Amino acid sequence: MERQVVDKAREAFQSGKSRSLPYRKQQLRALHRLITEHQADIAQALKQDINKSVHDTTLFELIGLENDIKLAESNLADWAAPWPARKNLGSANDDVYIKPEPLGVVLIIGAWNYPWALTLQPLVGAIAAGNAAVVKPSELSEHSARLLKELLPQYLDEEMYPVVTGGVPETQELLKQRFDHIFYTGNSTVGKLVLEAAAPHITPVTLELGGKSPCYIDRNCDIAVACRRITWGKFANCGQTCIAPDYILCEASIQDRIIKEIGNTLREFYTEDAKNSPDYGRIINTRHFDRVMALKEGCTVAIGGESDGSQCYIAPTVLRDVLPHFKIMQEEIFGPLLPITTVDNLSEAIHFINKREKPLALYVFSSDKKVIKRMLTETTSGGVTVNDVMMHYTLNSLPFGGVGNSGMGRYHGKHTFDQLSHHRACLIKSFAMEGLNDARYPPLTAARVRRAKIVLQSRFCRCSGMCVWAIISTIVSIALLIALLVVLL
Amino acid sequence: MESHKQVVERLRVTFRSGVTLPIQFRLAQLEAMLSMLEDNEAQIIEALHEDLAKPKFEAVLSEIHMVVNDLCYTINNLSTWMQPSYVGTNLATMLDDCFIRMEPLGVVLIIGAWNYPLQLIVLPLIGAIAAGNCAILKPSEISPSTEKLLAELIPKYLSKDCYAVVCGGPEETKSLLENRYDHIFYTGSQSVARCILQAAAVYLTPVTLELGGKCPCLLYGHLDMKAAAKRLVWAKFFNVGQSCVAPDYVLCTAETRDLLIPFIKEALESFYGSEPQQTKDLGRIVTDRHWNRLVELLKRSEGKVVIGGQSVKEEKYIAPTVVVDVQESDALMQEEIFGPILPILTVKSLDEGINFVNEREKPLALYVFSDEIQIVTTVLERTSSGGFCSNDGIVHMSLPGLPFGGVGASGMGSYHGRWGFETFSHKRGCMLRGWVLERVNVLRNPPYTESNLSWLRWATTAKKRGWAGCSVM
Repeated sequence: MERQVVDKAREAFQSGKSRSLPYRKQQLRALHRLITEHQADIAQALKQDINKSVHDTTLFELIGLENDIKLAESNLADWAAPWPARKNLGSANDDVYIKPEPLGVVLIIGAWNYPWALTLQPLVGAIAAGNAAVVKPSELSEHSARLLKELLPQYLDEEMYPVVTGGVPETQELLKQRFDHIFYTGNSTVGKLVLEAAAPHITPVTLELGGKSPCYIDRNCDIAVACRRITWGKFANCGQTCIAPDYILCEASIQDRIIKEIGNTLREFYTEDAKNSPDYGRIINTRHFDRVMALKEGCTVAIGGESDGSQCYIAPTVLRDVLPHFKIMQEEIFGPLLPITTVDNLSEAIHFINKREKPLALYVFSSDKKVIKRMLTETTSGGVTVNDVMMHYTLNSLPFGGVGNSGMGRYHGKHTFDQLSHHRACLIKSFAMEGLNDARYPPLTAARVRRAKIVLQSRFCRCSGMCVWAIISTIVSIALLIALLVVLL
Repeated sequence: MESHKQVVERLRVTFRSGVTLPIQFRLAQLEAMLSMLEDNEAQIIEALHEDLAKPKFEAVLSEIHMVVNDLCYTINNLSTWMQPSYVGTNLATMLDDCFIRMEPLGVVLIIGAWNYPLQLIVLPLIGAIAAGNCAILKPSEISPSTEKLLAELIPKYLSKDCYAVVCGGPEETKSLLENRYDHIFYTGSQSVARCILQAAAVYLTPVTLELGGKCPCLLYGHLDMKAAAKRLVWAKFFNVGQSCVAPDYVLCTAETRDLLIPFIKEALESFYGSEPQQTKDLGRIVTDRHWNRLVELLKRSEGKVVIGGQSVKEEKYIAPTVVVDVQESDALMQEEIFGPILPILTVKSLDEGINFVNEREKPLALYVFSDEIQIVTTVLERTSSGGFCSNDGIVHMSLPGLPFGGVGASGMGSYHGRWGFETFSHKRGCMLRGWVLERVNVLRNPPYTESNLSWLRWATTAKKRGWAGCSVM
């Protein structure tokens, strides 16, 4: 079944339909209509999947998606246009440019924590770039998967963008087929399996994974504001966000203050009784509930700690004095537990972060520019937000993606279009200038070598472009000055 | 002697020290590489000649000069490339610093190939150094003289703590691949590429693959047959056809073929004389094994040899050969030729030619010879390939402004010039916020209200064309 779906998508792609820009725009507009016309249904599905509130649905799932669609629609002609590249003397008369082209059939495997954004945002780029796409939403967010399977064919070209639902067996079957690109969002264990499946077909892969995103709070900062922002980011979607601040690093002297501020903020956001707050989510299922609960092992609870397995409810929880070897520091938490690990100073924090796998996001709160600079230059991560959390995700002019264990490739906005395109190098020559070409033909003499070198050289001298311009502009200004003097005198 | 693991560890320690980050260090290494090439040009030419009987002209133009060009281009532009690039913001983020920061990946592995044994390992190294990485080089053992020379020169000119050369055959490569890298750059065949991807999957290592395939060359419509023949012959028989971007086979009508062959003969004679085996300007096949493969291919072919066909085992010589009446099922059409044998297949129309190309794997390069721009455009629009060149062959890869790489079975990723720098960099999205506008942030916090939501929607929804969209305040 999966094979037939992929074959049909390939046929649809090969028909050439998706090469036309009007076709792509029409599909994007249809996708936009799907979202706007079914907002209520989507919100309902998310509520059933993960107890997401209507506001979270709009804020975290739909606005970004709509923005990406609008951006793609209004910029498509620019994005798809070839752009010129630098020539040398030999190609002075030629057309040299880079032409974006579709790859073919793309497989998009979505995730369950933001089932609409994480499945459809890659699709926006796939459509914009002229590809066909097989969409495989996560089975763990089953209501959303079912709704997507029902709605997408009603709005989009069903053969070009089929939806395949199902669990592990269906995904494995899909991965046996050949694609021109695979876009996977999820965890690194499955990420490795995706890479292994792609290897025999030499298929390029984008992996949006996760990891433990560190959050360093400098003692020199507005701690109250910092804690509000961190609390917002950590406990939205019940901590089930790939870029949620996973743990806090701070000096011991401010730990108590941080706990106090987070406590205040939690009460403000969710009241004393988060379980009954309409704005607080749930863990996706029992398996993950058990997993997250087990991470508390050995930790000292500073705030929260309550849970209710029947609802997959875990209270917003802060853990103090967590040590590096604790279980909770060995894997991505992906839940509403916020450990605080103390360090002596910034250097120790940097060292702590660098000893671990490269995270998807890194956060630093400080009013001291030197601290920020050190964090930026001495660590690496997929992305960074300074003095807030998660916000770098929301600006679609920034590439979003991981590095090392947190992933490979990037997307959002035009970056998705680029990720799912092939940039074809084009040199359009004529038969003219055969004399120049003559320099490279055998029989090969020293004179020919010299001529060929000149023709192929990309620069006349080794000095920088700025230097050349500086020289030229100096000469020109002197000449103008002389001319002016002559005129005046 | 250090084990591979020790080498990788040592380089990783160096990388962590931060020594490769400052631009001065990177420029110094690139300048040192320039000196390495200038000081040792004669030895390089000699090594290439020993490995491939590469004529001095080819060694200078396609190996040394290409590398020098890329080095100069990189040195001249590195400071610009290293600058963070600021991106468009919107209402919600207009007070923030939002930029993309280019960062090195760490320790990268570069595996070279034997057909251009200098260029194919040093060009990626330029990108790796420019991007601030440490690198392990594994030159091809099939070109042993160049391999040995690189193993001697690289540690002499470049920082031994940052860049290491590891020599050896398939076993050594396999052992190297058991270690963890931050990027693997491989040039070579599809079968080895699959193994590399499997090895990389274990560590989630990103990979660039520069592979090959059969690069088709279409000739159609009105064209300057003499010039076309010269350019085609030059591109095909350069390095005795052992180029990943050599035109592998020709597709044209029977009439074009009949007009073309005399011009090919003429071009071959003007290039290599009437006895190509005697000229110094024609290289040799790299090893006996590769020579055997090619001679076997020719034997199994059911086409008709109209030019050349001779071969001499002791010299690993194969004459520039043209074969006609080649069918799709012919032995010559089942694998990348990578040698001086040019099959000409006939089609009745351009459509048939395009369909023929599209039924096959996406090639690394695609060539069209025609005076009619319409035909060139049609082929360009209806096919896909790593790169494309009309009315010439190979030369598109000498332009550092163009990305060089494959698509589909011909590879993934690209390099040359700035593209090499980007391949070996991580583009880190950064947003630096201030402490002001907390009032606005309040709109995003629970308890959620309808009115907050509407304000946020208004502030973050993309309205104008070209404005970056921002979701979730």
